[in-house]
Amino acid sequence: MAQNKLRRILYSQKIAPYVFILPFILCFLIFFLYPFINTLVMSFQRVSGDNTKWVALDNYKLLLNPIFRKSVLNSLFYMIASCLLVVPIPMVLAAMLNSKYVKCKGLVRGALFIPALTSVVVAGTIFRLMFGELENSFMNQVIGIFGQEPIVWLRQPTTVWIAMLALCMWRWTGVNMVYYLAGLQQIDNELYEAADIDGADGLQKFRYITVPLLRPTRTYVLTISIYGGLAMFTESFILFNGNQSPNNVGTTIVGYLYRMGWEQNNIGLASAVGVTLLIMVVTLNVIQLAYRGMFRKENE
Amino acid sequence: MKLESSKKHDTIFSIFINAFFLIIVLIVLIPFALLFLSSFHPGNDLMRYGLNFSLNPDSFTLNNYRLLFEGDNNYFFWFRNSVVITLIQVAFTLFLSSAVGYAFGVYQFKYKNIIFLAVLIVMMIPTEIILLPLYRLISVFKLIDSKWGVILPYIVSPVLIFFFRQYSSGIPKDFLDAARIDGCTEYGIYFKIMVPILKPAFAAMAINQGMNSWNNFLWPMIVLRSPQNITLPVGLQSLMSPYGNNYDLLLAGSVIAVLPILILFLLLQKYFITGLTAGGVKG
Repeated sequence: MAQNKLRRILYSQKIAPYVFILPFILCFLIFFLYPFINTLVMSFQRVSGDNTKWVALDNYKLLLNPIFRKSVLNSLFYMIASCLLVVPIPMVLAAMLNSKYVKCKGLVRGALFIPALTSVVVAGTIFRLMFGELENSFMNQVIGIFGQEPIVWLRQPTTVWIAMLALCMWRWTGVNMVYYLAGLQQIDNELYEAADIDGADGLQKFRYITVPLLRPTRTYVLTISIYGGLAMFTESFILFNGNQSPNNVGTTIVGYLYRMGWEQNNIGLASAVGVTLLIMVVTLNVIQLAYRGMFRKENE
Repeated sequence: MKLESSKKHDTIFSIFINAFFLIIVLIVLIPFALLFLSSFHPGNDLMRYGLNFSLNPDSFTLNNYRLLFEGDNNYFFWFRNSVVITLIQVAFTLFLSSAVGYAFGVYQFKYKNIIFLAVLIVMMIPTEIILLPLYRLISVFKLIDSKWGVILPYIVSPVLIFFFRQYSSGIPKDFLDAARIDGCTEYGIYFKIMVPILKPAFAAMAINQGMNSWNNFLWPMIVLRSPQNITLPVGLQSLMSPYGNNYDLLLAGSVIAVLPILILFLLLQKYFITGLTAGGVKG
C-alpha cells in the first residue's frame, strides 16, 4: 500500500520535474556551490590541516607581487588580442564564403573546422616544433624566405605572443566562422536584393546589412572568446612544456593558480587567485550587460 | 557591352576569391601535414634539424609506429583510459543532462527560474576558479587516480542542459498530453517520445561531450597520477621531455590520437558541426 502511494507521488506531474532535475541539484550543491564557497573562505585563510588560521587579507596582499601582476597582464593581453583576431576575421571569412562565387563551400568549411577537433596538447606540440629555435624549424624557414635571421621564438614576449595567437587563430577561426555562417542564414535575402536595387556594392552591403545584423552572433562569439582568453592555461603549458616560461612571458592567471595550488601547495594564495579571476569575470559580465542595456535604450 | 565587362569582372572576382580560400585552407592544413610527415621520421632528426617539409627522405621510417605498438610504453593504457572515460562520460552526461533540460523545457514547477539561474551561473563561471577545492573534495572521496574522479564532478553539463531545454521546448504540448491520455507515465514520455524525437540533438550533443572528454587536459592531469591510469592528452604531454628522446612516440601517438576523430568527422560532419557549435544564434 505504502509503496503504491510512493509510486503515485513519484509519478505525479508535480513531482516528476523535480526527479528529472535532481541530478543537477546534487551536482550543483556538491561540485559547484560547496567548492565555490570553499574558494571564497580559503582565500582568507592560511590552510594547513588542523593549523588552518584566518589571515584576513594577507593572501590578497601577497598577490601584489610582480609575477602575479605579470600573469594578470598576460591573460588580459591574450584575451584582448585573441578577441581582436577571432571575432572580426571569421566574420569577414564567413561573409566571403557565403558569396555565390565560392566553389566547394562545404569542403572549405570542413577544412577550416578540422583544427577544432585536435586537443590543445596535440596542436600545441606541433606549434611548439613549428616555432622551434633551430635554423630549419618551419617558422624560421618561412621568415628566411623574407631574408630574416632565425629567431628563438619562445623566449621574447613579441614572438611568444605571435606563436600563442597563431595557435589560437588556427584552432578558433573555423569554429567561429561556422557560428557566423549560421547567423548569416537568418538574414533575410530581400534586404540584399533591396540593396542591389539601390545600387549598393558588396562592401556597402557588408557594412550596412551583414555587420549590424550579425550582432547577436558577434556578441556570443565575443563572450566565449573573453572567457576562453581569461582562463587560458593549456596552450601556454604545452608551448613551454610545463608551467615555467623564460621570465614568465607565458604565465597566465590559471598558470599562476596551478603553480601556487599544486606546485607550491599554498592553498590560501591559490584561492585568492581564483577569487581574483572570479571578480574579473563578473566585472566583464556586468560591463557587457550594461553596455547591451545602453544599446537597447538607444534603439527604443 | 556593359554586360560583357561585368561578366569579365565577375570571372576575375571568382578566381580571386577561390584562390584566396584555397590558400587559407592550405595554411590551415600545414600543421597536420607536418605532424603526419614527422611521425615517419626519427625523433632525433627533429631535434637536430627542426620540423619542416624538407626532412631527409632517406630517414623515412615506420619505426615510430612499431615502437608505439610493440615497445615498452603505456600508450595503449592511455588510449584505453581515454576511450573508457569518454564513453562513460558521454553516456551518463547525455542521459542526465537531457532529462534535466527536458524538465526545464516542458514543465512548469516551483523555483524553476531560480534553479535555471543556477545552470546559467555554472555555465558562466570558469571551472578553473573552483579547481582547488574540487580537488580536495575528490581526495576526500578517495577518487584521486580513478576514472570516476575525472568523470563525477562534470557528470551533468550545464551546456547540454541549456540545449536540451531549447530543443525540448519545441515539442508541441498536445503531443505530451496525448501520450498521458494513452497511459504513458511522465518518465515514459521522456523515454518513448522525447528521446526518439530528439535523436539528432542527442547525436550532436554526444559529439559535443565526447570531444570535451577526449581532449580534456587540466582536470585529468590533476586527478590522475599513475602512468597507467592517465588519459591520452596527459600521457602525450608527459612524453615531451626536453631532450627529445620521446618525440618518436609523441608524434606517432599524436597521429593515432587525432586520426579516429578525423575519420568520424568525415563521416558525420553535420553532427560534428552542430554539436561543436551548439549555442550560436538559437537563444
